[in-house]
Amino acid sequence: MKIRSLSKTIVAALLAVPLLSGIANAYELTIPSFDYRTGPYAPNGIPFANGYGDYMLMLNARDGGINNTKINLMPCETAYNTKRGVECYESVKNAGESGALVIQPLSTGITYQLIPKSSVDEIPIFSMGYGRTSAANGKIFPWVFNFPATYWSQATIFVKYIGEKEGGMENLKGKKIALVYHNSAYGKEPIRTLEVAAKKFGFELLLLPVDHPGQEQKATWLRIRKEKPDWVLMWGWGVMNQVAIKEAGSIRYPMNRFIGVWWSGSENDVLPAGAAADGYLSGAFHQPGDNFPAHDDIKKYVYDAGNGLGERERIGEVLYNRGLVAAMWTAEAIRTAMKIHGTNEVTGKHVRDGFEALDVDEARLKELGLPGFTIPVKITCENHEGPGQAALQQWDAKAKKWSMVTGFYEPLRDITGPLIAEDSAQYAAENNVTPRDC
Amino acid sequence: MFYRETGQFKTSYSDDQALFPITQDRYVIYAVLFATFVVVPMVANEYWINALLLPFLIYSLAALGLNILTGYCGQVSLGTGGFMAVGAFSVYKLMVAFPELGFIPLVLISGLITAAVGTLFGLPSLRIKGFYLAVATLASQFFLIWLFNKVGWFVNYNATGMITAPPMTLFGVLITGPAAPPAAKYLLCASIVAIFALIAKNLARGRLGRNWIAIRDMDIAAELIGVRPLIAKLSAFAISSFYIGMAGALYFAVWLGSAEPTEAFDINQSFLVLFMIIIGGLGSVLGSFLGAAFLVLMPILLKNILVGGLGTNTALAAHIEIMTVGALIIVFLIVEPHGLARLWRIAKEKLRLWPFPH
Repeated sequence: MKIRSLSKTIVAALLAVPLLSGIANAYELTIPSFDYRTGPYAPNGIPFANGYGDYMLMLNARDGGINNTKINLMPCETAYNTKRGVECYESVKNAGESGALVIQPLSTGITYQLIPKSSVDEIPIFSMGYGRTSAANGKIFPWVFNFPATYWSQATIFVKYIGEKEGGMENLKGKKIALVYHNSAYGKEPIRTLEVAAKKFGFELLLLPVDHPGQEQKATWLRIRKEKPDWVLMWGWGVMNQVAIKEAGSIRYPMNRFIGVWWSGSENDVLPAGAAADGYLSGAFHQPGDNFPAHDDIKKYVYDAGNGLGERERIGEVLYNRGLVAAMWTAEAIRTAMKIHGTNEVTGKHVRDGFEALDVDEARLKELGLPGFTIPVKITCENHEGPGQAALQQWDAKAKKWSMVTGFYEPLRDITGPLIAEDSAQYAAENNVTPRDC
Repeated sequence: MFYRETGQFKTSYSDDQALFPITQDRYVIYAVLFATFVVVPMVANEYWINALLLPFLIYSLAALGLNILTGYCGQVSLGTGGFMAVGAFSVYKLMVAFPELGFIPLVLISGLITAAVGTLFGLPSLRIKGFYLAVATLASQFFLIWLFNKVGWFVNYNATGMITAPPMTLFGVLITGPAAPPAAKYLLCASIVAIFALIAKNLARGRLGRNWIAIRDMDIAAELIGVRPLIAKLSAFAISSFYIGMAGALYFAVWLGSAEPTEAFDINQSFLVLFMIIIGGLGSVLGSFLGAAFLVLMPILLKNILVGGLGTNTALAAHIEIMTVGALIIVFLIVEPHGLARLWRIAKEKLRLWPFPH
């Protein structure tokens, strides 16, 4: 009897997942969340997933979803692994009545995997500030959005910041800049841009790959101690960040000359290095902290009801806010889609139009309870990168706080522009894509 | 009751040497083939094919390849991930350069390229054995991945080192690229796997296979009775790499669609395939399939039961999954060190004797 009921459960579970899971009476918006709460990337994956999910849960509890249509948040564990990503994608894409409305892969590898599929399955991909940079070209990648800025824009912004600190771009000549990167599609993304910039400004670029998962970096930092680069840039993720910052501290590399990408600048990354991490810089496109009205709403509607995904004290961490801002833009895109198409029962196709017409300005941010939280974003058919600007934030080890130390920089578009055009044209040629008119 | 040979007389040598001498076995195989090629393409949906069946078939092919080397010839290899990468990168370069050749010839050529690379890395096996050989093949794993990362030519100078399979057709139907119908991809992989499983089964019981087994069981004795270790070992490396190379090509071009060397072909891949043949059964074609099924399907089944059926949160489910699969591996190794294939054999013997215990 027991075995029979168990086998029934197994069969039911097997059948339920690929088919429609549960027949809901009202139309629900299926929003998958590709998280990684396990594996070497979990320290960074967990806060992002919490921020993303909590904001959606807050919308459900406070407003009954988006325009009174409930959100069905579907988490799926990828462990930052492409093969598991495939399984997740297949299991969510036709889930619920609406099907997956937008995919936030949270991994450059999975993003590359899904880019060709997105146009076939008609599900937009929102790779917020990661993924394939040339997807900024909306003419060739109509289904992919990577605002508010790409890795290439960010790389040139770092070069610009370094130039500023050195007292002018002409002083970059003869300087040595090292790039410590995760040896994967993600980490290799900025190399070409930095190479072009190195040629243009005459600095020397030192490339130092770190293999997955990034726990072993002794040799890398020995090289840095020997070569003494003037600046170190880092494209790291997960455990790799903590190890790099600790190693940098142990060779006494000046932290205010060590800049991480915006995925290498959260509390988890700097706390293990203790006081040695003081002054470490990283890219950013939103504020840290939990002092915004939207955070209060999350605490009130989600955590007070006991439905929070994470711990209450960790609301407002950098990566939590990153997840929150991703959720906010996603929700706004869906809202825009509802407005354009005049229906609440939107599909992936509608949401793509919503992303393309997305316009979240300062006034709208204020209405959403996030005044001055991030940069205003306006997407067009041609430009899927949006503003392309980024700022720098710095870690204060004593106060244990991140704070923005610069304004938003404009990228060096004369470098990124031609590179984006070239790379997207190559993709179009390899995959027989005809650029659409914008 | 139903499974016994009584009354089945073999009147010719070919009857006696048939692949499946027992009639009931033959019917089972026909039924399996019918299910594979007729029933599954009709009933399976996209999730079943893309998430379960394609990886199962492709890993089965890789496990078959490794089983030839490790199971039949007794040479331990930890270079499977590297050899799969050779197959994948060969097929990518060929698909971009010579698309007019057609997909199947390209897969076979990538298999041959991998066979050449595998033979090269098999050369140390003539001097070193056992654990030491495992370390030597481990070096090939790291060297090959490093090479594909380092040399831009392999990825056509792509800025991020990713390779993406261009769309290709077979008999007018798309089989690679995102728009390919899942059933077509499935049928392609199933056909290749079925044909090469048949070849492997025949190789293993032929002269070459007996040479391999002789080398595995005692190489000095084998040499004394006239088996040439050079030919036997290198042919095992070549044929095994050929299978693994084809598996790598299908893994990248048909299943994943795009890949990067470090993540898709890392050392875990080598271990995964090795675990498949250990759990499935060393030196058994059926074991390769059973092992692949166990390690590919079991985690997904567990995930669906825990998350989809019982509503556990995803992180807890992932941890339970890791623990359960690990525990099951240990249980199987203790209960039946010869793998699932041996369990199947015991079950068959019991059935033949039924209802008598001896």
